[in-house]
Amino acid sequence: MRLTTFQKALWAAAGLVCLAYGTWVLVADPATPPRAEAAFRPVFSLSDAEGRIRTEADFAGKHLLVFFGFTSCPDVCPTTLSEVAQVMDDLGSDADKVQPIFISVDPVRDRRLGLAAYTSAFHPAILGLAGDEVQTRAAAESFHIYFERQDDPAAPDGYTMSHSPALYLIGPDGDWLRQFAYGTPASDILNDLRSRL
Amino acid sequence: MRTPILAALLSLVGLPAMACETFTIGNLMIEHAWSRATIGAERPGVLYVEITNTGSADDALVGIATPVAEMPMLHETVVTDGVASMPHAMSVPVPAGQTVALAPGGYHGMLMGLTTTLKEGEGFPVTLTFRDAGEVTVPVEVLSMQAEGPDCEHAGQ
Repeated sequence: MRLTTFQKALWAAAGLVCLAYGTWVLVADPATPPRAEAAFRPVFSLSDAEGRIRTEADFAGKHLLVFFGFTSCPDVCPTTLSEVAQVMDDLGSDADKVQPIFISVDPVRDRRLGLAAYTSAFHPAILGLAGDEVQTRAAAESFHIYFERQDDPAAPDGYTMSHSPALYLIGPDGDWLRQFAYGTPASDILNDLRSRL
Repeated sequence: MRTPILAALLSLVGLPAMACETFTIGNLMIEHAWSRATIGAERPGVLYVEITNTGSADDALVGIATPVAEMPMLHETVVTDGVASMPHAMSVPVPAGQTVALAPGGYHGMLMGLTTTLKEGEGFPVTLTFRDAGEVTVPVEVLSMQAEGPDCEHAGQ
């Protein structure tokens, strides 16, 4: 019996090491923006508001403007989505070559509060996606972005989210092209897009 | 019982372009108080405002109160190493001779526990408490969800 206890302890220790490594992998180098020259292809597999799984392959041939956020975010997210809406309006006949996507980093609450009503209030073209915990984490890692739940007793439901607030541009063949830092004026984003379309 | 009082308050300040009016308390000028429309009352609302201190002594915004939110708080959006977070701000400094803006991407009032949907074109009062100048109540104009601020230069022309 003693051996069994000892073995259990060993297994527990091994488990702890795995957890520690996993945590280290998750927190290490959380937000280093990808370098422009380091081309990569972000992937995602996330549910839309109707529950259909959408992946990057669904949008092949289009430029994607991708933003990670959450709908209870009062400042950063509405500001960025407003700029995206402005860009989509100003693109005119080129608008159908660009797909704006809002990926929720707070998917359970956002599905409850209503994702489509939120994104369409900014612009009907914006597609809201909210996966499960694992899918969301995988998408964020694929885009090299960081998000974290932060406990805050004063916030609604007792928590808020911190997240990378940039806007990511993916090319028609799926390559990561660039990011627009938070606060980039809509006109700058528009000019960049026009030069590519 | 709450709704008629709230409605009365809202109708009192429900005038167009109110974000372009200027209010003063002591040496402080309050302008451009605006908010964004919300979908329902479950998500927090936001408050933006500009404060100009024309005096020679520093002051600070230390609190906000409004009948439309049970728990309004001052927050600051901070982007550190590419990650945005929203820590509480105990107060917002209003230094002598300067204008401080609660504006998108910086300081803002976070209106938690909304008691009503904030509808575009309506308004609500907010009471700003300053450390030295005291309290002043100003009307806040609710703009659209896509708004990035009131367009005062062209208002009412």
